[in-house]
Amino acid sequence: MSETVLMKGNEAIAEAAILAGCRHYFGYPITPQTEVAAYMAKKMPKIGGTFLQAESEIAAINMVYGVAATGHPAMTSSSSPGISLKAEGISYLAGADLPALIVNVQRGGPGLGGIQPSQSDYDFVTRGPGHGDFHVLVFAPSSVQEMADLTGRAFHLAWKYRMPAMLLADGTMGQMMEPVNLPEPCNAFGDDNPWAATGTEMKRPHNIINSLDLSPENLEKMNFARFERYAKIEETECLWEEYLMDDAEICIVATGITARVSRNAIVEARKQGLKVGMIRPITLWPFPKKVLAQAADQVKAFLCVEMNMGQMKQDVELAIRCKKPVALCNRVGGMIPTPDEVLDSIRKIAEGGMEA
Amino acid sequence: MNYKRLTLFAGHYGSGKTNIALNYALWLRGQGLRVTVADLDIVNPYFRTKDGEAQLKAAGIRLISSDYANSNVDLPALPGDAYSLVDDRSVHGVIDVGGDDRGALALGRYVPKIREEGDYEMLFVLNKARPLTRNIDDALEVFCEIEAACALPFTAIVGNTNLGPLTKPEDVVAGAAFAEEFGERVGLPVKMICASQKLSNELQNTVRNFFPINIMQLYYMEKEGTSLGKINL
Repeated sequence: MSETVLMKGNEAIAEAAILAGCRHYFGYPITPQTEVAAYMAKKMPKIGGTFLQAESEIAAINMVYGVAATGHPAMTSSSSPGISLKAEGISYLAGADLPALIVNVQRGGPGLGGIQPSQSDYDFVTRGPGHGDFHVLVFAPSSVQEMADLTGRAFHLAWKYRMPAMLLADGTMGQMMEPVNLPEPCNAFGDDNPWAATGTEMKRPHNIINSLDLSPENLEKMNFARFERYAKIEETECLWEEYLMDDAEICIVATGITARVSRNAIVEARKQGLKVGMIRPITLWPFPKKVLAQAADQVKAFLCVEMNMGQMKQDVELAIRCKKPVALCNRVGGMIPTPDEVLDSIRKIAEGGMEA
Repeated sequence: MNYKRLTLFAGHYGSGKTNIALNYALWLRGQGLRVTVADLDIVNPYFRTKDGEAQLKAAGIRLISSDYANSNVDLPALPGDAYSLVDDRSVHGVIDVGGDDRGALALGRYVPKIREEGDYEMLFVLNKARPLTRNIDDALEVFCEIEAACALPFTAIVGNTNLGPLTKPEDVVAGAAFAEEFGERVGLPVKMICASQKLSNELQNTVRNFFPINIMQLYYMEKEGTSLGKINL
């Protein structure tokens, strides 16, 4: 294991990407993710990599497309409004079956919103952020350590399944500092990417990187094949944490910073004799439906703690087929719920007084 | 510990300037002085001096910070009344400078008056556990960039090596040696070695110039001793 260092979440993403073998970063500054770019600007020139501040978010994502087409790992990072701009490029990446890492350190919205933290891009990114039928892998870290660990994993799986992956953090995760054990350097990508456009040397047919198909029959086939791949991913790649679920009667569902607030609330609730646990989805697509469905047979109610208007709540209701009531404790606009607010919701549910 | 009328904390971002500045201001207040803190950070969007406003107020310390600190806009604005700190020589001032050379740039406009008065300490806060200041050469790069950006030479080093809640006494001891070594390299003394007051018992007799600090707790971070559940990896 490497030495422990103290890092900001945004720095941990950047360093972990470099350690995973990424040498191409394209971005455009926006709070609260700018440290990713700042770190890359400092580090990439020293290790023979590319840091390029593009003229816009749209340019940056298309540069990622270009590098990915050559079979090299590339990434970009932004915050919510910038991800909206990148949506077209993400759809093109998905359509061309290209792997890449997109980091989204979310801030309040909609529109220009504000710079304080948020989780309100949940629906936008878990449904496939762009036009057409597609998904991206979505990872939601809840500590600086996970920021580092999930960056490597996202790259690895993006390559394995030839699709874009997104690291979805809230602004607090990007800005907070925690000790982190950085992963060992590795190459998550392999050198042999038979699909990459690297020059044929007149020895093989052209690899054509494209999302356009002239034949509707072919395009349909491509879409079906892609969704077969997605089904396999839903089966095998879900990640989640179960916290004090063994005897839980109320199950909190939360990610990122709200999972940490919820943990404090759960500890307090347990002291008061309330049996509360938490299932924390770590992959948001694929969404850990099975473990939630199993929990629905055990608990009396669910409580989603979110920094949006209840976007994940709908996924929980779908996962459990509305078997049990699902309540919501939320703050928006850059506000973070307090442990007391979560505890109040827990108490109301326990007393049977909370509308779900 | 000696002190000057103005104390400035600068260094690599994330080195711990804000927490130390707040604690140092409280210590100065404890010496019976009138104290004002100025937040000149134009870099950091979150975790600012403003988070400690209530604590400062309760201790009778004035805080000067941008109207936009902790708001929803990212305006790298300086508070207009920051000039009062360099003009009004009847107060003792603590200045929290933004991280790196980018943050220190904003200090430049106050420097002519600070130098004219000549009653200041410019402190370089150094955490060996930060990835871009892990060795003397890297730290020196940051040190020189900051001096070039604000045109105010450092006068002493503040050791603040820590790994957040995982900090062990030996980390602080190793960090103190690193601060001494760095001080020798740049020809400056080490003013103090900071660490959480929770480590006071272990450190107060072993570390020279030990300065215990109370670290701001944020409600959305887990309380100490909370552990993770099962992850299906």
